[in-house]
Amino acid sequence: MHVNYYERLWMWGAAAIIVAFLGLTGIATISQGRMPPSHVETIDPQSVFADSRFTPQGVVENPDGSVEARVIAMMFTFLPRELRVPVGRPVTFRITSTDVMHGFQIVGTNGNTMVAPGYVSQFTMTFDEPGEYLIVCNEYCGLNHHNMFATLIAGEEGQ
Amino acid sequence: MTSTRRLAAAHIGVAVGAFGVASAMAFMQALSRASLDLPFRSAQIYYLSVTAHGVLMALVFTTFFIMGLSNALTSRALERPMAAPRLGWAAFWLATIGTVGTAWAILWGKASVLYTFYPPMQAHAIFYIGLTLVVVGTWIWGGTVIATYRGWRADHPDRPVPLAVHGILATIIVWLFATIGVAAEMLLQLIPWSLGWSDKIDPILARMLFWYFGHPLVYFWLLPAYVIWYTVLPRVAGGKLFSDPLGRMVFALFIVLSTPVGFHHQFMDPGISSGWKMLHTINTFGILFPSFVTAFTIVASLEVAGRMRGGTGLFGWLRRLPWDDPLVASVILAMILFAIGGWGGAVNAAFSMNAVVHNTAWIHGHFHLTVGSAAALTFMGAAYWIVPKLVGRQLELDLLAKVQPYLWFLGMLLFAVINHITGLQGMPRRVFEASYGGSAVAQQWEGFTLLSAIGGVLLFVSAVFFLLVMLGTVLAGKRTAQGEIEFAEPLEGAPTTRLVFDRFKMLIIVAVILVVIAYAFPLIQHLGMERFGAGGFRTF
Repeated sequence: MHVNYYERLWMWGAAAIIVAFLGLTGIATISQGRMPPSHVETIDPQSVFADSRFTPQGVVENPDGSVEARVIAMMFTFLPRELRVPVGRPVTFRITSTDVMHGFQIVGTNGNTMVAPGYVSQFTMTFDEPGEYLIVCNEYCGLNHHNMFATLIAGEEGQ
Repeated sequence: MTSTRRLAAAHIGVAVGAFGVASAMAFMQALSRASLDLPFRSAQIYYLSVTAHGVLMALVFTTFFIMGLSNALTSRALERPMAAPRLGWAAFWLATIGTVGTAWAILWGKASVLYTFYPPMQAHAIFYIGLTLVVVGTWIWGGTVIATYRGWRADHPDRPVPLAVHGILATIIVWLFATIGVAAEMLLQLIPWSLGWSDKIDPILARMLFWYFGHPLVYFWLLPAYVIWYTVLPRVAGGKLFSDPLGRMVFALFIVLSTPVGFHHQFMDPGISSGWKMLHTINTFGILFPSFVTAFTIVASLEVAGRMRGGTGLFGWLRRLPWDDPLVASVILAMILFAIGGWGGAVNAAFSMNAVVHNTAWIHGHFHLTVGSAAALTFMGAAYWIVPKLVGRQLELDLLAKVQPYLWFLGMLLFAVINHITGLQGMPRRVFEASYGGSAVAQQWEGFTLLSAIGGVLLFVSAVFFLLVMLGTVLAGKRTAQGEIEFAEPLEGAPTTRLVFDRFKMLIIVAVILVVIAYAFPLIQHLGMERFGAGGFRTF
C-alpha cells in the first residue's frame, strides 16, 4: 500500500503525540501513584441513616487521627449543608445517595465525584489555603437540581 | 432505484422534523439561561426541553439521517437497489413509531430524565419502549444494508467494496456492537423496572451498560460524516480523494477501537476499580489516531481540489475552493470546530484533568463541537447536496443555504468556547440557573452564560435557515431530472485489490476480543459483588 511521504510523516507525528500523552499519564501513574479515581464499596440506600458509616454526618476525626467528611446527598440537598475542615490535613470525603444519582463537586478544586445510591464515593484531598468553597450537585437529579448545593469552609484548627 | 430514493427521503424527512423541534427547544433554553423573564420560563419546562433537545438531536435526528443517507449512498455506490425494500420500510416505520412514543412521553412531562436517562430516576415506560423500538428499527436497517452488500459481494468476489460503503459498513458494525449495551440496559433493567415488574435497579450497572453504548454511539455519528468527507467532499470541491487506502484504515480502526473505551465517561463513578478505568484510558488515546489521519487526508484532498481549480502557491489553493458551496463550506467549518473539540476530548480522556471538567459546562461545550458540529453541520451540508437529488427538485433559497454554515460556525464558536471557559470555572452542566444562593464564585459565570446564550440564538437562526431551505426545496423547488450521486475518485485511481482493512470478519473478531477484555471481566467482577438496588424516583 502506497502512502504519501508527507502523510507518512504526519502519521508518525500523530503517533508520537499519542505516545507522549500516554507516556505522561504513565509517568504520573508510576511516580505519583496517580490512578483514575475509584472506590468500590456498597451500602443499602434505604438504611443510610441507620448505617454507622454515615452517622453522624459531617466532619469527624477518626481514632487514628484521620479526618473524614461524611455527606449524604438527597433530593435536593446535602447533609450537612456546611462542612468545616482543617487546613493542611488530608480530608477523606465519603458520600452516598439515598435516592437518585447526584454529583459532588467542590468548585475550583479537583474534588469531583458521581454519587450513586447503593455505593459509597470516596476521595481524599488537602486544603492548603483557608477559604470558603461552593459545593454543587453536578449530576441532574430533578426539578430542584440547580438549588442543591453546600458550603465548605477550610479554616485553621481551633477556629 | 426510485424506491430507494423515496425510502432515503422519508428518513431524512423525519430527521429534519426532529431537528426542527429540537432547535426550538434549544432556543428556549438559550433564552431561559439568559434569565429573560419569559412566560414559559420554569425549571419544569427547562428540564423537559433539555430532554427533548438531547433525545431528538442526538438520538433521532442523527439516527434517521444516517439511515437515509446510508440507503441512498449504498444503493448508488453498489449500483443496485437496496435488498428487501419492505424490511427497509419496516425499519423506518418501527423507528418512527418509537420516536413518536418517546416524544409523547417527553413532551407530556412524563420523562424529563435527559437523553442519558440514568436510573433510578424513572421515566414513563413508553419513553424506554419507544427508544428500544428505534434501536430495533436500526437493526433491521443495518440488516438490509448488509444484505445489499452481500448481494453485491456475491457478484464481485474479489473487488474491494467502494470506500463509501466501506465506511457505511463500519458505521453499522460499530452500531451493532454499541447497541448490545443499551439493549441490555433497556430489556434487562429499565423496561421491566418502569413497568413495575422489578422494583430495584442497580444504577452503576446501568451506567456501565449505557456508556458501553454511549461512546461507540459517538462514532456512529462521526463515521457517516467521515464518509461524506472522504467520498463526497473532494468531488463537490472539484478535486480528488488524496488517499483511498488510508480511508479504509481509518474506518477499520474505528471498528476495532470504538467500544472498549466507555469507562472514560465514568472516571468519577464509584464502584468501578481503577485498573479497568486505566485500560479504557489507554484505548481512548488510541482512538485519536484515525481522526489525526483523517485531518491530513481531507485537508490534502482539499488542496488537490484547490490546485485543480487553478490555485497556486503555498496557500493560494485555499482561495480557489468553492466557499459558497453549502456542502463544502459546511464540511470545512465542521472540521475546524471538530479540531477544537478533538483536543478537548484528549483533555477529557486524561483522568486527572477530567476531574476538573467532569459534569461541568465544559462537557456540553465539547460535544456541541463534535456531534453538534462535526456530525450535525456535515449532515446539514450533506442534506443540501442530497435532498435535491432524492426529490428531483432544485435547491430553493440557496442564498440562505450559503450563509447558514457560517452562521452555525459563529454561533457554535461562541456557544462552545464560552462553555469550555465556564466549565473550567466550575459551572455545572444541565442547570436551570446557576446562582447558588448568590454565591460569589457563581457570579463570575453570569456574563459568560449570557454570551453563550447569544451563541445559542445565532445557532437557532442558522437552524431556521436550514429548515426553510429544506421546506422550500421539497415543497417549491423547481422540478428537474433527478441528479445522480457522484463519488470522489481517488488520486491514484480506484484500488483493485482487497487490503487487510477490507477484511471485516477479521476486524470484527479483533473488536470482540478487545470488548471482552475491556468489559467482560469488569462486568463479572461487578455482578459478583454484594449490591443493593435502588427504587424508582420521579423527581421532575
